[in-house]
This record gives sequence, C-alpha cells and structure tokens, in this order.
Amino acid sequence: MFGLAMWLHSAYAQETISPAGPQQKPVFLTNAVIHVGNGQVIEKGTITFDKGKITAVGTSVAAAPADATVVDLKGQHVYPGIIVPDSDLGLIEFESVRATIDVREVGEINPSVRSLIAYNTDSKVINTLRSNGILLAQVTPQGGIISGTSSVVQLDAWNWEDAAYKVDNGLHFFIPRQNTGGRRGPNGGDAPKTALDQVEGVRAFFREAKAYLQEAKHTATNLKFEAMRPLFKKEQKLFVHCDLVKEMLVAIDFAKEFDLDVTIVGGADSWQIADLLKQSNISVILTQPHSLPIMQDDDVDQPYKTAAQLQKAGVLFCLSNEGFWQQRNLGFEAGTAAAYGLTKEEALSAVTINAAKILGIDKMTGTLEVGKDANIAVSTGDMLDMKSSVITQAFIQGREINLDNKQKQLSEKYIKKYGLQ
Amino acid sequence: MICYFSLSTKSGPSKLETYMKKASEKPVKALLSRCLAYAMNRRRSKLLVLGLLASATYAQAQETFPVNGIADPREKCFAFTHATIVKDPQTVLNNATLVIRDGKIVDVGPAAAIPKDAVVLDCKGKYIYPSFVDAFSSYGLAEPKKGASAWNAPPQFLSNTKGAYGWNQAIKSEVNAVDIFAVDDAKATPLREAGFGTVLTQQQDGVARGTAALVTLADERENKVIIRERAAAGYSFNKGSSTQNYPNSLMGAIALLRQTYLDAQWYKNQGSKEGVNLSLQAWNNNQQLPQIFEVSDKWDALRADKIGDEFGVQYIIKAGGNEYQRINEMAATKATFILPLNFPGALDVEDPNDARLVSLASMKHWEMAPSQPAVFEKANIPFCLTAAELSDTRQFLANVRKAIEYGLSPAKALEALTKTPATLIKSYDQVGSLDAGKLANFLITSGPIFEEKTILYQNWVQGHKYTIKADGWNDVRGQYTVSVTPGATFNVEVKGSPASPSIAVIQADTLAGKIDIDGKLVTLSLPLAKNAKSNLRLSGMLGTGDWTGTGVDTSGNPVKWTAKFVKTLPEKAENKKSATPVLGALYYPFNGYGWEKLPQQQDLLIKNATVWTNEKDGILQQTDVLIRNGKIAQIGKNLSGGNARVIDGTGKHLSAGIIDEHSHIAISAGVNESSQSVTAEVRIADVINPDDVNIYRQLSGGVTASHLLHGSANAIGGQSQLIKLRWGQSAEGLKVTNWDPFIKFALGENVKQSNWGDRNTVRFPQTRMGVEQVYVDAFTRAREYEKKGPNRRRDLELDALSEILNHKRFITCHSYVQSEINMLMHVADSFHFRVNTFTHILEGYKVADKMKAHGAGAGTFADWWAYKMEVQDAIPYNAAIMQKVGVVTAINSDDAEMARRLNQEAAKTVKYGGLSEEDALKLVTLNPARLLHVDNRMGSIKVGKDADVVLWTDNPLSIYAKAAVTIVDGIVEFDRETDLQLRSRIASERNRLIQLMLAEKKKGSPVKKATYVPDEIYHCEDLQGGHQQGIVY
Repeated sequence: MFGLAMWLHSAYAQETISPAGPQQKPVFLTNAVIHVGNGQVIEKGTITFDKGKITAVGTSVAAAPADATVVDLKGQHVYPGIIVPDSDLGLIEFESVRATIDVREVGEINPSVRSLIAYNTDSKVINTLRSNGILLAQVTPQGGIISGTSSVVQLDAWNWEDAAYKVDNGLHFFIPRQNTGGRRGPNGGDAPKTALDQVEGVRAFFREAKAYLQEAKHTATNLKFEAMRPLFKKEQKLFVHCDLVKEMLVAIDFAKEFDLDVTIVGGADSWQIADLLKQSNISVILTQPHSLPIMQDDDVDQPYKTAAQLQKAGVLFCLSNEGFWQQRNLGFEAGTAAAYGLTKEEALSAVTINAAKILGIDKMTGTLEVGKDANIAVSTGDMLDMKSSVITQAFIQGREINLDNKQKQLSEKYIKKYGLQ
Repeated sequence: MICYFSLSTKSGPSKLETYMKKASEKPVKALLSRCLAYAMNRRRSKLLVLGLLASATYAQAQETFPVNGIADPREKCFAFTHATIVKDPQTVLNNATLVIRDGKIVDVGPAAAIPKDAVVLDCKGKYIYPSFVDAFSSYGLAEPKKGASAWNAPPQFLSNTKGAYGWNQAIKSEVNAVDIFAVDDAKATPLREAGFGTVLTQQQDGVARGTAALVTLADERENKVIIRERAAAGYSFNKGSSTQNYPNSLMGAIALLRQTYLDAQWYKNQGSKEGVNLSLQAWNNNQQLPQIFEVSDKWDALRADKIGDEFGVQYIIKAGGNEYQRINEMAATKATFILPLNFPGALDVEDPNDARLVSLASMKHWEMAPSQPAVFEKANIPFCLTAAELSDTRQFLANVRKAIEYGLSPAKALEALTKTPATLIKSYDQVGSLDAGKLANFLITSGPIFEEKTILYQNWVQGHKYTIKADGWNDVRGQYTVSVTPGATFNVEVKGSPASPSIAVIQADTLAGKIDIDGKLVTLSLPLAKNAKSNLRLSGMLGTGDWTGTGVDTSGNPVKWTAKFVKTLPEKAENKKSATPVLGALYYPFNGYGWEKLPQQQDLLIKNATVWTNEKDGILQQTDVLIRNGKIAQIGKNLSGGNARVIDGTGKHLSAGIIDEHSHIAISAGVNESSQSVTAEVRIADVINPDDVNIYRQLSGGVTASHLLHGSANAIGGQSQLIKLRWGQSAEGLKVTNWDPFIKFALGENVKQSNWGDRNTVRFPQTRMGVEQVYVDAFTRAREYEKKGPNRRRDLELDALSEILNHKRFITCHSYVQSEINMLMHVADSFHFRVNTFTHILEGYKVADKMKAHGAGAGTFADWWAYKMEVQDAIPYNAAIMQKVGVVTAINSDDAEMARRLNQEAAKTVKYGGLSEEDALKLVTLNPARLLHVDNRMGSIKVGKDADVVLWTDNPLSIYAKAAVTIVDGIVEFDRETDLQLRSRIASERNRLIQLMLAEKKKGSPVKKATYVPDEIYHCEDLQGGHQQGIVY
C-alpha cells in the first residue's frame, strides 16, 4: 500500500507538501470495488490510467505493461474525486481574521470580479479536504448582489494558474432576501419590497448590459457590461443563490427572459417546486443536508430528505457544504442524503458527476469513465460514512497527491510525545 | 378656571375648553379675546360662547390659588334618576337614582333623596356603571428618553444617572410617577372613551421602575386628579432606557433583581458603609406598596413569580398575552394578573408562499389569544384588564366584547375593570363601585355595557361630564301621527338605533324617508307616495312626546306640522347571540410538534436488539432490555415484561441516550451576560425556554440530556443547567434535580474581546495575561468574602465563586490554546480546586498529560477549526489523543444542528485517531455523564440507571443510522410513527387556521403581511440577539 507509506514518510512540515509532478507511468488499481459515479458499481474491478486520463475500467482489462505501477487494493473502494461547489476555499484562511478574508468585495454589482486570482493554493485548509477525497472546488465570490465570477480549481497546484480547472465558469447572483433580517437582504421598512426593487435593479442592469453588448463601439468601456458577455453567450452559467420559493421564481424568470443557463444555489425550499424546476430545466446546488429545517413546523428531517425529493422529480442537483474547512465533510452530507431516500450510488453522484454537470466540467471529470481525467479517491471502506471513510490514496489528473496535512502532522508530533500508537 | 357647559355635543371638553384651562393663568382680557377668536374660527354660535363666558369659573377651585375675576363657587350637585344602576358587579339597582356633589357620590339607590339644589337628569332606559380602573398605564408621563445608541458607543460600566443613586441605571426605584405626572387630555380622551375613569400610572422604564400614582382622567389640575401619590411599585425584566451594559440578557436582569433585594436589605441594616444610596432607600420604602411586575410572556411570568417567592414578595403580574398556554402554572403563582387585550390580528395568508412563513404556533396564538381572560376566569385566577399595549385605545371595548365572545362572563369583565383593580391597589374606598363617598366616576350607557349595540354616552370623572356620544341620548323611536297643515295626516314609524334612527311613512306601502336629529332640532324628509318625485320637507323641535315645526310640501308651499307620539314599537327580539368559537387544542409545548396530552411513563420491553451497554459487558447481541418505573430493570435474553409495552429491536441497536455536554438550546433572551468579565451570579436555570422546537429535533437525533451553558463572552460566565429533554414539560420539569451545579468559564479570544470590533478595547482583560488576573482577583475576593462575618453584604457573584472554592460547584471552561489551559489549571491548583471540564479544548492534545495529572476532563468538537485564529492548531485527532492519554473525553455540539448528529461526530474519532467503536460512542454518552457527575444514573445501559435510551435503525456510529425511538425516564419522547402523525396534524391544523384567516380577510378585517419570524438559536459566541436559524444568512 504505497499510498499509506507515502504520507507516513512525508510527515514533514506542511510547507514541504509539494504538488505532485505529471503522471509518468501507467497506474493499475486492481481488486477494488469501483464506484463509477453514474450508479454503476464494479466488484473486484480494475481501473487504469495513463498520462492523466482513465484508460480502462472493468473486471477484465488489458494486462499491465512492464513499466506500470500495479496496486492490489485488496477490496478497497475507488471513487471519483468529490467536487465541492460554492466554496470559500483558498479565499479565507481564518474566518475571524479580516486580513485572511478575500471573499467579499465592496459594491452590489461586480460581475467583473474574479475569484480565481485570489485563490491561495498555499492555504493550510486545502490539504485537509484532499485527505477526505475532495479533489475539485468551485471557488466562489460572496459579496453584494452580483458577487462576481467563480472558477473551478483542482486541489493540487503550485499557483492559481496551475489550479485552474475551469476558468470563470459562472456568475453569481445573490437574491436579496424578501424577508427581514437577512445578511443579504434589506432590514426594516418594507423589506420584501426593497428586495424586489433590488432584483429589478439587477434586471435593469442585465438589460442594459445586453443592449450594450449588441454594439461593438463605445466611447467608454464599461467593464461590468463587458464581463457579462460570456453569460449571454452561454459560455457561463448564472448561479442564483436563494432558498425560498418566491426567490427561486425570480431565478426561473431570469432564465427565461435572458435565455440563460441557471442553477439555484441553496434551494432549501426547492422540494416545494421540484416539478417546476425540472420543467424549467433549472439545476440546484442544494444547501447542505446537515442543516436545521428552515421553518419551525417543517419535518424534522426535511433538510436530510430534500435531495431524495429532487432526485424523484428528476431535477439535476448536487450537494453543497457551507464554508471551506467544513467542506471536508461533503461526502458525509451525501451519506445523510442516502440515509434519507437516495441510494448510496445516487448520493455519490450528488457529490461527483452531478456537480460536474452543474459546474460544466462533466466532459472532463465526475465519473470513472474512460477518457476522463483520473481524479480518483481510494477509501478503506464506504467513503460516505465517517466510520469507515479513510482515504488511503488519491489522484488528480493521474498524479498521486500527497495526503498529508498539517493536522496529521500535529497528531504525529503529539503521538510521539505521549508514546501512543 | 374651568370652562363648563352642558350642551357640548362633541366628545368631552372641546379644544376651546382645554385651551381656556391651560391659559388660565394669563390675563383675562387676552384670554377672553383668544377664546372668542378661537370660537369664531370654529364657527360656533355666539350663544355658545356667551354661555361659556358666563360659566368660566368653577366650584372645585383650590383655595390656595387666586381667582382671576369673580369667584364662581358651585357645588355641582346632580341627580341621575330612573336609571338601571350597576353599583358593582354583584349589585344591579333598577329605576334608581345616583346623586353626586362636589365630585363625589352622595347617595345611590331606588330611594335616594334628590337634593333641592340638584340638577336632575332623567336617565330612563339608561344604565349607569362605575368608570373603569386601569391598573397598568403610563398616562401623563413623558416617554423616557433612550440615551445615545448603544451599538457604537464604548461600554458603560456604571449608571449615568446623576446623584446619590445606585450603581445600575436600570434600577430606578427612586422615580415617582407623582413627581413627573402632568395631565394630558389628548391621551386621556381615548381612555375615557374606552370607559376608564382612573388609571394607575407609572413610568414603564427599567428593571425597577419606582412608584406609580393613581390618577383620574379628569381634565383638571394635577393637584386634583392625583388621588393616591404612591399606589404601587413596578418592576420588569427590561432595562428600558438604561444605556449601561449590565444587564444585557434576561438572566442578567434576573440576577440584578436578586442582588438588589439583597443589597436593599443590607443597606437597611448596615447602610452607613454604602453612604447615601437613594435608589436602595426608595426600594426599601416601596416594598410596602403593591408590587407590579410587567412580563412579556408566560415563562417570564413564572420567572417573575419565582423571584418573588425567593424574597417573600407576591407580585401582581402584568401579563404578556400568552399565559393561557400554561394556565395551571399561572394558577400556581397565586398572583393576580393584569391582562392586556392585545389580541394579534389575522395575517394575510392568501399567498401560499407567504403562508409558509407563518408558524402553526403563531396561527394558533392568533386563534386562542382572545380566550385568555375566559381561561383565567375558568381557572379561578383573579385578574384585571388593561388597555395597555393596544395600538388604538379606542379598540378596548371591542376587545373586551371579543373576550366575552370567547367565553368571559360580562360580570367578570366588569369586576376585572372595577373592583379587582381598585382592590388590588388598595383604593376600593375611592373608586371601583358606585357607593356613597367614592369619586363620582361613572358611565352612562344605553344598555348593558358590554353589548355590541350599547352606546357609551357619557363618562363622568370626579363629577365632570365627558360626553362620549351625544347622539341617541334622546331615544325618539316609536310610532307618531304626523299632521301637516294644510295637508294630510298620516303615521310614521321611527326605528333603527337611538343614535341613528330611521323613519318610514306607513301607508299601503312603507315609504322610507329621512330623519336628522341635532340636539333638539329635527329635520324630516318624507315621501308621500311610491316613487314620489319630491318629498315633504319638515323642520322642527323635539318636544317631550310631541314634535312641532314648519316646512314645505311637495309643491314647495309652506306648511306647519306636528308629530304626536302614539306608542313605542316592539323591539325585535334578537337571538343573534353568537356561539363561543370552538378553538383548536392547546399543545404542550405551544409548538406544532407539541403534545395535546403529555406522554406517560410506561413499562417497556425492548426485544432482541444489539445493546451497546457502555459497561464491561460491551456490546450484547440479540438482547432484551426491560424498563420499569423509568429505570432500566433488567438486561438479558428472552425477558418477559408482564404488561410492559414491547418494542421490537430486531435488527436495531440500543444505546444509552446521547448527552450533550455543551448546548445552548432552549434558552430565552440571551445566552451571554457579556457586560462584565465576571458574571458568576447569572443563571441559565432562570431562563430555560421549554418551547424551543430544537428540544424535539434533538430527541429525533437520540439526545436525551443537554447541559445548557452560558456563553463564552467573559472569563467567569454564568451558572449552567443540565436538562433532560422531556418535551412538553415546563422549565422546572426539564431540569435535572439533585445534580452537582456547574458554572461556565471561558478563555481566549472571546474573553479578551479580540473579535468584537474596535470599540471593545476597554473592558479588562484584553490579553491572556489579564485573563489570569481576572481569575486570581475573583478567587482572592471570594476567599476574603468567606472570612467576613455574618453581617457581610451577601454577594451572589462571590457566593458562586465560593462554592467553587469549596468543591460544591464545578467548572466547565471554554478553552482553545494550550497556554491558557495550563494557566487555569495552575490558578485552580493554587486555590485548591480542580477544573472539572475544559470544553472545546481544541489544543487539549498538546497538554493532555497535564490535564490528566490535574484531573480535568474534556468536551471537544470532532473536527472544527479555522473559524478563528486561536483554532489554527485544532485537529480532528484531538479527542482520540486525549482519550488515549487517559483524559475523560466527550464530543459536544455547541450547535443545535450538530447536536442531533452527535453520534456521527463521535464516529469521526474512529476515522481520525482510530478509537474503537465502543469507545467512540462513549464520547457522547457515558463520558459526558462522567463529566457532569451523573454517571451513577445516566450514560450506560445498566440495571438501576435512568431509562434514557435510544433505539437506532443501524449501528449508531453509522451515517445511515436514525433514532427510531428515543426514551427519557421510561417515557417515549420520540418515535418515527408518532412523528408522522404529528406532521399530518400540523398540515391539517395549519390548513384549518389558514382558512380561518382567509375568512377573516374576506370579512374585511385588517390583516398584516405574513413575514418570516425566525426562531432564535445560540452558539456560545452569540452576544445579544443570538442568530437566526433556518435559512443560512
């Protein structure tokens, strides 16, 4: 088990955990339970990859060439790497320390603001996600109403250019709360009306931007309008952050009026309009199952079972997990969704291929299928259940990544101090 | 100089009268000219103005006040004859006379002699009632001014009140309403229109509010309307206009009250040490008065009563409006209540997405709130009614009627507005009934006062008439024969109500005409044929019985006319008495998931389960557990339980209930008293909120007990409380009794206010160095306090610290980094006590050996970190390392959401650190029981221990496990089937109430927009408001 050996041997300081170099030799992972990510499970299977791409998956694959690295996984489980959407990863190091926070820009409408260039590949948090099988993240700006543009990064990189997996994949629209008291919404007075006025302000901005882009020549360049071009060309998605039905109706309405590719982020009440979402072809990045119900009278397990309700209605959805350091638990959020109505493989899809589809990277990743990037996590047991989820190896684009992290190192230090085993 | 005239047709004295009174010290010439100018502007008749001038002085003038003009003494004797006089709620006198003189009642009764100098007013057909008394008012007192906004001001540690007053600005016992009272007729008018004649008025500001004055609502000089200078003393939990930081939580306000009772006692006996303290002096003086405590809800009512019990005070409780939800507990207070009638209005639930924002509990409250007085009557709890808190005082009578519609008896309503409040404030000798010698405060109405159609004509206060409604005083209804000359003679019928009569000509057809009455003037417009193009138009005077006047006929020719009274018309018997509305069931607690009937303890036999004993037997397969009388009675195979209810555990796992060592659920109005660095005197036990839905939600996650902690805003926080999740019980029922008491301490960034923004750099300590000194200082003071003699000032803060020194109270300390953990253990060692538990303790793994040596336990998070600087070295291996070193370790939540998945958080120690599954589960069951000193009765499945157990659908450490049944003390508090029933009950009950609200809207009642009212939940860092749950903000 060279993966395990690897992190024990590399227990140096966090600063010396280097990104891996490109895959040099073909890798054969044999005798594994392979969870493809699309629902299929292959017992005693083999997965092979070379030059960063998956080359074969199945029970009978071509024999390994002489130079290949062959690992007998002895019944361990192989999964597509987990993808975390709507993440603050690399944009915040300590939530209470302003100097380490790069997630909220000033101003209400900032479409030209881009998260990618602030993504800190040296964040100590990143490695704690990788060691739980999370290999990709959609790094998302959070301020104002139009907060800016997110990018998808892979979590083993020297700098943000290396990290970029899909650049500027979506624009983010935080719908002002139509009820009082929200961080993102107006307070006091006629809050619902103010919120709706703000939405209309965004609509007006969209209309003007669209008109502006019809004309090639302008006396003055408007960077905000320019930044809207990929959205209207459908090279970018619109991620609309909202939870209540009336807010989601706004999102649907925007999709229609501007002919946009819209995903709802949050969607706490999406179960109430699942059919409408399906019919409108709106996907959902669902708020984490590990939440309290939003209303006192809601079913106590409503957040746990919303995923199953969306699945049943045929809505394309994936799961989210608020924040950044917390996101190492995204797999367990999926486990909970499985406890409350999804099959385990559907739950896995909800943090892999569905996320890839929603983020626009499903051609590259999300399942363990031939031709896709070898973004792979190996676990001793069920990866979605914390009691059996120990990640022993992981690969990003075929590169075996170092699963060490600062926390393992601190643990080792004190295990030594106390002479524990 | 008071302007008085009897023909006023407006409500109460006119502006003109008021103006004249207010101007009474001004030179008479100027005054008169202004009066005239005013009157002419108002286009009043000259006659009226002249009348006014003639009567511009008055009998009740004070002897010390000089008269400007010619003295006009009058005795103002009136006799009201032939009335139905409701002397008091028990005594109704028919055809009786009320005689008043000089503002007081002289005689009342059927045989009352009418003095010769009395002006007689015939009140035939009318009712006379004592005017109402409101025992809770701030009439005539200016709104207290709130100081500069607190949020951006630096902290204020002491009172800003100038003078020899106490340390805390919220203790305003020195304020006397009588000193600051000023007659305010604009405010008095609506109260008089609502039937009130006397109010107990107090500045409703602060925790101790000083004294209230009893005043009438007459528009007279203050000297005359104040009838009791100090009639009561007032209290609340609300610090009001105080800008001082302490208290900034409900528990802080409670602690402040307690300490002030003790301080006042001490001041009385040892006052010299304190110097002059006018607040405490006043507090002591006020004690002999009736003590009125204003609360905002049912739990606060119980909290207030409990404080009263501690100090031998029986408060009169001014209620919040939802006390009916816990009427047995209200009865047990033995208090008299002052009930507001602020019934919530219907919400606009037309839009289903808006309707979703409204909780069932708030809809049920809307439905049931008007029943509150009836519920109190039925429970035999004495109460008064108050107009306080109505946004429109004029709605008061309508709301009394509504309360009557919901079951309150009219006699009780009258008592609650007269005798009870008067007696309560020891003034029944002056007001509250119509007995000779009392103030001439009475109402004249057209019928029984609480009937819908009854008109309140006049409210007399201290012998002054205030006309509420003049129309209808003369009831002209009946049959008349109209003779027009020249012209015909025909019959008319005058019907309708006395105040707005209608008229019809009776011929072959009944022809509706028009009648207008203005004082004694009458105008008629009568059709004489069907579809007549023009009417007979008559104008005249109302006589007694016959009317006469002139007019024009349909052709425009002048006529004379008379109308002769023939007979009264039979009243249509109206049997429209609306039935008392049928209300939905009460829930315990008052929440969608509440019980209609509390579940009972049962004998239970759980068969054939995998039993995680947490004892040396380990995990037993296919085992039965018998529960009797709330205890675990037997563990074994093939048990028989007699009549015990059998729960099939096949394929399921049974574990001890989860105990959350660090929780902030079920707490009202603030988890932190964050104003001072040491607040050992505040107690979570005072502020438990049994209505919190998170109790139920946690039961659904297998939690059976929660240790409710004060927050982490200060080095020495408040006293904590262990509760069992007995859903539906009151606060007292939730508490675990016979339990070693604990207290919350805290270290690090919160305590030194690192993340509180730039203004919070004043409070000591600002560094970890200072934190140590806070402890050394506090415990040094406590040691010295112990040595003081019996006459020492009792200090609740030092009492709690002294308990720690004497190993009678135990510490659970919020902590993160190793240096501070080490420090506190050193402080404890030097004062010879032990730190019982370090909670959070994210760097515990760095000092686990020291903790073991000291004997401290740990309650930590499974994997939290990076949320602030001091958790940068937090690791998920922490629990496993501490456990392996030999520290008693628990995993805790500090979070209402995570608490219901604590089993999963425990499971993370299998992943991070490789604990065995058995040991992992102990982190949330047996180990917290040990930390809380209750492992002799909780935390494992052992014969004799409390039957707090959970039946899981799967291995309890698995993400796929659900709590199928949660049992507390042998009571099934949660099971999946019952949960499904509750959900469908919520759905149908919501629908029923939404339909009722829609019907209310359709009827045209005003409705308010439905908006989201989030529940409050707390983490230990939440300073004041807590944060909102549900939608992630």
